[in-house]
Amino acid sequence: MATALSSVSAAAAARAEVAAYLEASARKTLLRFITCGSVDDGKSTLIGRLLHDSKMLFEDQLAALRRDSRNAGGSEGVIDYSLLVDGLAAEREQGITIDVAYRFFATEKRKFIVADTPGHEQYTRNMATGASTADLAVILVDARHGMLTQTRRHAYLANLLGIRRLVLAVNKMDLVGYSQSRFDEIVADFRAFAQTAGLGQFAAIPVSGLQGDNVIVRSAAMPWYDGPALLEHLESVPAARRTDAAPFRMAVQWVNRPNAGFRGYAGRIASGSVRPGERIAVLPSGQQSRVKSIVTFDGDLDLAIEGQSVTLTFEDELDCSRGDLVSSAAVAPELVSSLGATLVWMADQPLVPGRSYWLKIGTRTVSAQIGRIDHLLDVNSLERQPGRPLALNDIGWCEIELDRPVPGISYAEDRQLGGFILIDKLSNATIAAGLVESFTAARSGSTAEAGDSRIMWIGGASGAERAALAAGVQQRLQAVGRIGFILDEALLRTGLSADLGTDGEDRTESIRRAREVAKLMALAGVHVLVAMDVAPEEAHPGRMVGPADLDEKGADQWVI
Amino acid sequence: MNAPVSFGQHSLSHLEQLEAESIHIMREVVAETERPVMLYSVGKDSAVMLHLARKAFFPAPPPFPLLHVDTTWKFRDMYALRDRVARESGMELIVYRNPEAEALGINPFDHGGLHTDMWKTEGLKQALDRYRFDAAFGGARRDEEKSRAKERIFSFRSASHRWDPKNQRPELWSLYNARKGARETIRVFPLSNWTELDIWQYIYAESIPIVPLYLAAPRPTVERDGLILMVDDERFALREGERPVERSVRFRTLGCYPLTGAVESEAATLEEVIQEMLVATTSERQGRAIDHDGSASMERKKQEGYF
Ligand SMILES: Nc1nc2c(ncn2[C@@H]2O[C@H](COP(=O)(O)OP(=O)(O)O)[C@@H](O)[C@H]2O)c(=O)[nH]1
Repeated sequence: MATALSSVSAAAAARAEVAAYLEASARKTLLRFITCGSVDDGKSTLIGRLLHDSKMLFEDQLAALRRDSRNAGGSEGVIDYSLLVDGLAAEREQGITIDVAYRFFATEKRKFIVADTPGHEQYTRNMATGASTADLAVILVDARHGMLTQTRRHAYLANLLGIRRLVLAVNKMDLVGYSQSRFDEIVADFRAFAQTAGLGQFAAIPVSGLQGDNVIVRSAAMPWYDGPALLEHLESVPAARRTDAAPFRMAVQWVNRPNAGFRGYAGRIASGSVRPGERIAVLPSGQQSRVKSIVTFDGDLDLAIEGQSVTLTFEDELDCSRGDLVSSAAVAPELVSSLGATLVWMADQPLVPGRSYWLKIGTRTVSAQIGRIDHLLDVNSLERQPGRPLALNDIGWCEIELDRPVPGISYAEDRQLGGFILIDKLSNATIAAGLVESFTAARSGSTAEAGDSRIMWIGGASGAERAALAAGVQQRLQAVGRIGFILDEALLRTGLSADLGTDGEDRTESIRRAREVAKLMALAGVHVLVAMDVAPEEAHPGRMVGPADLDEKGADQWVI
Repeated sequence: MNAPVSFGQHSLSHLEQLEAESIHIMREVVAETERPVMLYSVGKDSAVMLHLARKAFFPAPPPFPLLHVDTTWKFRDMYALRDRVARESGMELIVYRNPEAEALGINPFDHGGLHTDMWKTEGLKQALDRYRFDAAFGGARRDEEKSRAKERIFSFRSASHRWDPKNQRPELWSLYNARKGARETIRVFPLSNWTELDIWQYIYAESIPIVPLYLAAPRPTVERDGLILMVDDERFALREGERPVERSVRFRTLGCYPLTGAVESEAATLEEVIQEMLVATTSERQGRAIDHDGSASMERKKQEGYF
């Protein structure tokens, strides 16, 4: 009886305690930050210390850590915190961190996601990767060495990628006798650099990652410093960056059509907030409607805000599909077909001017060609260099021509919708990160566009499937007195594209020729059914047609 | 990802942000790949992943099947939950068992490392090849193990399912590049940024069904090689002098029952489990026999195609 009672009350106590914890935790915010600096400045040690001292390590991890510390040749009893954040075997052999690692810890107030980014020169691409999602950057400097070339590079890059909160952590203060004058000297150097580079405000904190000074709690060894410890600062940095005033924008990821009665547009809200009744515009079509409902698994919402994943339904039937942008109608961006952008080159193979790359922005993928390369930036001197094709780790300002328009949104305005990646069409590698700075409006109302609606790209897994579908579409057109012309691979191969193979650049070229022929024929009033094996992004101008379209639409919809 | 946000009264908590990010990832995969599948291992991470998938595509059911790469040696409670959950979600459940392992009677008692190799590593490759899946969702988290901290969310595998840690694509913002060569496949980890504690908090907050083995109960067990093992059925090969003893235990991670260590615990409710988590002193993978052969071993297994 007594035991039953006590176990009941133990369970009740646990429930109450957990409920209280969860309630507090529900208010917990999330801060993403990166740590960067040069090799051996002590990044790994500092992160290890944060993990360790915020009690996110478990007993067996600690045991492994002590064992590894001994094996790594450290002195007996001294824990090497850097071993906590060192992952891949190959890296461990080389003894350097060569990739971005993500670490997690939490305090009462916040959950933190830390991107540990490398200090080694050739891995700048990883630094850009870590910075792209970070709200704050901790830049480490070894107090003995002061600012190095890499420090400048990383501070500049963090700022370039839109991180507006910088922390200068002057590390290894124990090795300079906790000297205030040394700290002041380094801070003055950094301030001078920050001014020339246009970095704005930063916080400076003297620390010792190894000894734990000013990491979690303020250190007695530096009474001359009266600011917060690093963790206190990270916990108290104001969380909000955007304001309620930002316009509502959401890139459509997926059209949800479980049955004829429901058509929803799924996406993650990139900026602003939305309520039912909100007047929206869909880009690029420009069609407008109102939000009918905000659908989620947990019920319809009255309000959805930046960062939420939702499904929207509209009052009217619109032409809206993956890759489109839903925007508040009042402040819809214009459509643009050429961009001025900063590129950070991330691949071993250098940029080839004139070659066509995939450009993914929001949920939209278009073909892009790099035009003029205006200049490169020497991040050490911050001086401009004459334009030349970018190679690995180069940063340069380029003009980019797009084959289809995208909404013109700059990176300064929106980090989610103003950033893009370039993808190599042959290797499929992500070869560059881009930040939109300026743009030129798309030509509109040109004669070519008038014909675009007559082009249909026939989908299907095999040539036979496409042939069957094309024939079906042709019949539909015929039934309403229209001419449908089938442009297929066989036809092209015997003539126009006889000189081309079927892979790689030949394939791209062959699709380009088909597209140009289709445009001309469409201008002449013919409906062109292009029956080729193309990706959805290649199927333009015009639209992609699949078997489902033939099933569900009435014949009248085939007349355009 | 512009976190944290604050809109007057209304702001997203860290769990809401994690949820939204995972949903975004799943939708990208469905939009950009041909034949996605969700690897469903019946554990707590799979439970959360499946729940998120149902949210991502609501009101439609998730537009991909569940794949359970079975070893025939899972806990009985796991099979029961698997079948129930598949029914409730309205998704197709594919159970794949490596026929070769089945024919040879590969088991954890007699075959050691070969057991994981053939049933899980080979079984997964065979299943993906056979059904021509080009993208597979997995429930791995970056906080589980050191080498996973650097894993991308979209992780590419060669035609022979090998992972090349030197050749990963940078992932910027929330722009995922899902393009791949004809025979390449992708493993996608939508829970990359969740921690074990996040998982438990979310299960609690959303009342997600989990295998009862996660909660403490009296169970027949033996102690062997430093692990407490549960004698889940009559196939458990007792060694000389071993006799099942009833202990109050729970599991922090679930796999093949002869390879999965239990912890002694009285935490019989989710609240008590979370409470134990908050003061936990042993990380979850310690219960898995597979990870004990050295810190670099998980990475080796991954290169060979083990998930
Ligand atoms: N004396 C002292 N040594 C440190 C401090 N922080 C790091 N170190 C040492 O500096 C070396 C490089 O540290 P590590 O964290 O691996 O640097 P990383 O390359 O930036 O990750 C190691 O030997 C550390 O023990 C510090 O605050 N004081």
